[in-house]
Amino acid sequence: MIYYDKVTKVYFDGAPPAVADVTLGIEPGEFVSIVGHSGAGKTTLLKMLFAEERPTEGSVFFGSQPVSDLAPRQLLEIRRRIGTVFQDFRLLPTKNVYENIAFALEVAGKDDEEIRADVPHVLELVGLMDKIWNFPHELSGGEQQRVAIARAIVNQPDVLLADEPTGNLDPINAHDVTEILKKINDLGTTVLLTTHNKTIVDAIDRRVVTMDQGRIVRDDKQGKYIL
Amino acid sequence: MSVWNTTKRIARYGFIGFLRNGFVSFSAVLVMTITLFVIAALMVGNAALGSTLDYLENQVAVTVYFTPQATTDQIQTLQTDLQALPQVETVAYLSSDQVLANFQQRHANDQLTLQALNELTGNPLGAELQVRAKDPAQYGAIAQYLQAQQSQNTSVGSAIDKVDYQQNQTAIDRLTAIIQTSREVGVAIAIILGLASILIAFNTIRLAIYTARDEIAVMNLVGASRWYVRGPFVFAGILYGIISAAIVLLLLYPTTAALGPGSQQFLGTFNVFTYFTTSFGYLLLVLVGSGIVLGAISSYLAIRRYLNA
Repeated sequence: MIYYDKVTKVYFDGAPPAVADVTLGIEPGEFVSIVGHSGAGKTTLLKMLFAEERPTEGSVFFGSQPVSDLAPRQLLEIRRRIGTVFQDFRLLPTKNVYENIAFALEVAGKDDEEIRADVPHVLELVGLMDKIWNFPHELSGGEQQRVAIARAIVNQPDVLLADEPTGNLDPINAHDVTEILKKINDLGTTVLLTTHNKTIVDAIDRRVVTMDQGRIVRDDKQGKYIL
Repeated sequence: MSVWNTTKRIARYGFIGFLRNGFVSFSAVLVMTITLFVIAALMVGNAALGSTLDYLENQVAVTVYFTPQATTDQIQTLQTDLQALPQVETVAYLSSDQVLANFQQRHANDQLTLQALNELTGNPLGAELQVRAKDPAQYGAIAQYLQAQQSQNTSVGSAIDKVDYQQNQTAIDRLTAIIQTSREVGVAIAIILGLASILIAFNTIRLAIYTARDEIAVMNLVGASRWYVRGPFVFAGILYGIISAAIVLLLLYPTTAALGPGSQQFLGTFNVFTYFTTSFGYLLLVLVGSGIVLGAISSYLAIRRYLNA
């Protein structure tokens, strides 16, 4: 479903590659944790999947389509099929929780009735029904991240990308967020998680890809965090 | 999804964004108000200049002085002849009695002249025809026609005492030049001021959008199309324009009312308040129109660099 074909990314001439000759395949329904030190190339790897960055060499395939060759309109389609969650949440600060989630649905062309039904449903899933009319700045970090996850999955994407989603959270919130990700995966969504949190990776107990200096150094079907 | 649905959502988010970014909206409206006020002032100024120049143009005329012996027949013949000329706008007839009355009024403080006039029996002054040309440049041709009549000594020509054109010629020429120059300078000033204020308004809106760049990045990320991201900002830009135009029109009412009498005294015929009330529809159209265009185009251009996809 996702296939990185000999992908290299160099940000500027002369710099060491952020991602070096990576070949990686991910099947539908997998939960893949990508681990490694800061600067190992985890985030760059994810960004190339939704074309925020373009590979210097090689191609990234989403389904059968090479992402970097897509026309803008097709790219929008792909982005709507990929949910994204980031360390810094990236909510729309001038929109409340309901509107933040509704926005993703509107963008995907859902009508008002569907939106009114889907938003509470997904907020139920992340346990935030009581904050539906609050603005992001009125929420704690853990709550903001749960809104971000709700927004990412409300369109029932094929893939959920979670880039250091627990990086700004305390252990209890980090645990809650991880549990939500597992629940989403159990419902059938492929999840790609980058993290350097050992406890979380060990608790998930699924496939672990370890990166170092842009290269994949380990790929374990049911792995632990080993560096 | 229907176009109507999208438009409705864009308008709603534009409106909500306008309200929630209160301070940014406030400064954008403020700057735009100043811009539109400059445009309005230029319009009023241009109208004042035009009307004053028209007034001055009308002060220029070729005057035909008849001898006191000239008969009504002769005068009427010349009047019809002159009116038939293509260059002539109007021909006004002043009878010798009217000319005398005007003369007495003009010299009301000059006892000596009035006394001398009283010494004479009867009216020493002849009737007059005041000829206005359609264009100041055409007075020469009219004067030539009259002089030809005079020198050929036709029955009409013999009744003419004097054609007063040479006296006015330098004044006419100079006025024509001044009118030309002031129109050109007026247009140049209008263009420079207009451009400057448009640039300032554009920059303010660009700042407003700059503050929202993270938000735009998130919208891109979620897969929003260009128009779905851009729409609300363009809509807010249009709102800035409409509100600013309304403020300017509201401000113009008391301003022109206060300046009205003074302007009439100073400029002769032009009253800014009369202009405001009679040209209100025109002002409304131009101000709201340029407000909308300025707001929409500024937003459209400013947001372009933050769109990726």
